[in-house]
Amino acid sequence: MAPEMGGARMSRNPDLIRGVGKYSRSKMYHKRGLWAIKAKNGGVFPRHDPRPAVTNPLPAKPPKFYPADDVKKPLVNKRKPKPTKLRSSITPGTVLILLAGRFMGKRVVFLKQLSSGLLLVTGPFKINGVPLRRVNQSYIIATSTKVDVSGVNLEKFDDDYFTKEGGKKIKKGEGEFFEAEKEEKKALPQEKKDGQKLVDSPLIKAIEGVPDLQSYLAARFSLKSGMKPHELVF
Amino acid sequence: MVFKRYVEIGRVALVNYGKEYGRLVVIVDVIDQNRALVDYPDMVRTQLNLKRLSLTDIKIDIKRVPKKKTLIEAIEAADVKNKWENSSWGRKLIVQKRRAALSDFDRFKLMLAKIKRSGIIRQELAKLKKESAA
Repeated sequence: MAPEMGGARMSRNPDLIRGVGKYSRSKMYHKRGLWAIKAKNGGVFPRHDPRPAVTNPLPAKPPKFYPADDVKKPLVNKRKPKPTKLRSSITPGTVLILLAGRFMGKRVVFLKQLSSGLLLVTGPFKINGVPLRRVNQSYIIATSTKVDVSGVNLEKFDDDYFTKEGGKKIKKGEGEFFEAEKEEKKALPQEKKDGQKLVDSPLIKAIEGVPDLQSYLAARFSLKSGMKPHELVF
Repeated sequence: MVFKRYVEIGRVALVNYGKEYGRLVVIVDVIDQNRALVDYPDMVRTQLNLKRLSLTDIKIDIKRVPKKKTLIEAIEAADVKNKWENSSWGRKLIVQKRRAALSDFDRFKLMLAKIKRSGIIRQELAKLKKESAA
């Protein structure tokens, strides 16, 4: 038959219900134009020679090893994971409360969601000592307070900004073990310090515009007596 | 012990249980020993168990089961809204609602304000103490 040019073709015979078409065989003969194909070909359907058989230029070699039992092949998985769905209460500039880790209780500013799904936050560093950091959405409370982040350019920050430096394969001898420990602490690379300053300067300007916001971000959150988390409005 | 607030037609009550919790309603009819018919301008007239009502001091002048329009006029005439909001009970409820709606930042600002106020009070007190000691 002539090759299909139109891509996926819809059937010309709509279903009344599954298995029953609207048009009969004779109607479909006319709809498909088979009479025109016959007419073009002198009263008979065109016949084509069978396609030449495709022979492999190199036939596959028989495998060297046949496993004793049938090996099950795992099903193919084409799923691409998506970044975690961001809660609707979290928008760029929202003040978040960190609930776990070194900075537990600190109030930080949310910047953006990275491609891995983690949230990029910053203290800002000068205000509460929290640097540019990734944090998981499950370990924060989103407050309703927002800071203006329109002046911040966040394009160059992504997950690879936060990967650890290359693996250290240091073989330590017994005697050198204790001395080497003291030299391990590396200074923070200048690139990270510049990145922090780049993000924080417009933020701090925006924060200073709102009264009390700076001391708010500097303070830690804690539950006091009588505060019921399920009744609190954040 | 004498009772001062009676279940009567025109008594304004506060719903203290159920779907209509926290609403002011007016008793427009008494159904039986336990139930009353209540109404208010912005709700559909319903029957409520008297146990779900807390009676207030406010009473308006209506006949049994008035039309909605008559009820609205009577409520306006008696100025129920202002009387309620100025009463100590009403004011307490308004403050409670406002406190419950504070955000984390608002609570922080409130804490700062309280500290400031108590600082001023303590200064004044210290001044007065000094004067009385001298």
